[in-house]
Amino acid sequence: MRRQVVTGAAGVLTLAVLWEGYKLLAPDDGVVVAGLTVLPRSNDVAMPHLWDMAARAAAPVTSAPGAEPLWLAVGQAAAFTLGVAAVGWVVGVTVGLLTATLMQRFRTAESALLPWVVLSQTVPLIALAPLVRRWGSQLEIGAFAWQDWMSVAVIASYLAFFPVSVGALRGLSSPDAVHVDLLRSYGVGWWRTYSTLRLPAAVPHLLPAVRLAAANAVVGAVVAEVSIGLRGGIGRMIVEFGASASADPAKQWSPIAGAVVVGLVAAGACVLLSRALDRYRVSEVS
Amino acid sequence: MSATAPTSPSSRSGPVEPAGPPDSPDATTTAAAAVEVRGVSRRFASRSGDVVALSDVDLTVRAGEFVSLIGPSGCGKSTLLRLIADLDRPTGGELTVFGRPPHVARQNHDFGIAFQQAGLLPWRSVRANVELPLELHGTGRAARRARATELLGLVGLADFADHRPDQLSGGMQQRVAIARALAESPSLLLMDEPFGALDEMTREHVQTELLRLRAESGAAVVFVTHSIPEAVYLSDRVVVMSARPGQVREIVPVALGSAGDRTDGLREDDQFFDRVRAVREALHGTDGATGVGRGVDQR
Ligand SMILES: Nc1ncnc2c1ncn2[C@@H]1O[C@H](COP(=O)(O)OP(=O)(O)O)[C@@H](O)[C@H]1O
Ligand SMILES: [Mg+2]
Repeated sequence: MRRQVVTGAAGVLTLAVLWEGYKLLAPDDGVVVAGLTVLPRSNDVAMPHLWDMAARAAAPVTSAPGAEPLWLAVGQAAAFTLGVAAVGWVVGVTVGLLTATLMQRFRTAESALLPWVVLSQTVPLIALAPLVRRWGSQLEIGAFAWQDWMSVAVIASYLAFFPVSVGALRGLSSPDAVHVDLLRSYGVGWWRTYSTLRLPAAVPHLLPAVRLAAANAVVGAVVAEVSIGLRGGIGRMIVEFGASASADPAKQWSPIAGAVVVGLVAAGACVLLSRALDRYRVSEVS
Repeated sequence: MSATAPTSPSSRSGPVEPAGPPDSPDATTTAAAAVEVRGVSRRFASRSGDVVALSDVDLTVRAGEFVSLIGPSGCGKSTLLRLIADLDRPTGGELTVFGRPPHVARQNHDFGIAFQQAGLLPWRSVRANVELPLELHGTGRAARRARATELLGLVGLADFADHRPDQLSGGMQQRVAIARALAESPSLLLMDEPFGALDEMTREHVQTELLRLRAESGAAVVFVTHSIPEAVYLSDRVVVMSARPGQVREIVPVALGSAGDRTDGLREDDQFFDRVRAVREALHGTDGATGVGRGVDQR
């Protein structure tokens, strides 16, 4: 865990050094060659100093009296997005595992489903978001009414499910023939073979897939918030503050940093999960 | 699962009689034989034509008897073992295990099995690996634990119960696999070159250990090997097979005393060399044809 924390901190620090270093060295208006911007502008509007961002984060969101500090608003938005992404991640991992299980169990399911699983990821998110929202709004079962955040979670899960289904299928098919034969010789059925052999053997394939799914869920949630127009999340906040960037250039960087934090938290959660499943990560013995 | 076996272990504790006519009919009528193979064939269809792995094989393994299968690689030893274990189905002929079709015997847990690869589950401790068949068949936690402790003591690995398989040497892993195969006190043990990957020193050690375990359990054993001395040292009878198509060429009675009486000293015995020669001659054929024994370890 400590190693991952150090790596994460080093990454953030490197980014900060590069940012200020670029500001120091690059010309204010960037480098333009034959009308093409080769290097971006480094003036204080395009790239505010890190300390200006920090100062802005401590100040209130708006000049309205009683407005909460920016960092608090960003924190709430980040927590909201993280929650939606987590729901999407859980749904995506579950659906991915179920799909892979179905494909492993029935050969015909594999040939019928796998092309669709791959094809599903070619549908652009931007096209999908309004569709999901429309379908969802038509859903009303008793007291249950579809919420916009659910549409965002669905899209996050849609991106999360793909690596899991592919990774899990590989993992569930990974046991050695000798292990499969052994369990067959015990006369146990498919389910016991699945739970005692295939699922534990799939863990080394599942963990990277689950990490990728977490990253996808966060990106999916942030982008879907924007395209669906869901308020309260970090994605929407970036766009909103970005609109006032010329007047208040440092402001939009707070939600951007918030999005980075959401990603780091998601990655950290995956590290914890890996550690919980540590004993299944041993390499195969002969 | 010895309760389901028709013969009690005590009835086979005496010295094993030198084998008479290998397939004498009364073997089936008095008590169900451990394994009964009648005219069994196995043909594998492949793109480049059919492969006849086994052709019209007859074999009877009596309850409590140790029978080795030996022959050049590709002669169908593993295939025959897999047919007995119901991991594969014959394309012709018939097999029974304790008088029942193999799939029934498998559901009854009538046999234990061990392969050339130890095949331990790497995420389970040594103890949990030995407990695996008991756990899958619903034995209670305490009984499972007691049995695993007992078995690990038997194979000399009591101190390694809580280790992971990858912390053990190849020979130790194989001993765990044998303990696992013995977990349910099966009346039949099926072993496919279980010592094939071990060095000579370790191998002789586990051979003697297997003889002792077998004497204690009274189980019948079908043992695939490509080592003539190993087959002679362990077996009551050695089944010599030939390839393309896989057939039983000859059955050589060995019976160098009961399993419990055999010790390492036997390896130096004239009788032992005598039987080794007999098996080697059977492998090579009396016509002196060359190449029949290819792939067979003649040390
Ligand atoms: N699943 C299979 N599909 C096709 N051919 C097979 C299969 N299993 C075994 N064979 C063939 O059957 C023959 C006997 O194989 P096997 O029983 O493994 O030999 P042995 O164990 O004596 O070395 C070989 O020619 C092998 O290629
Ligand atoms: Mg073989």
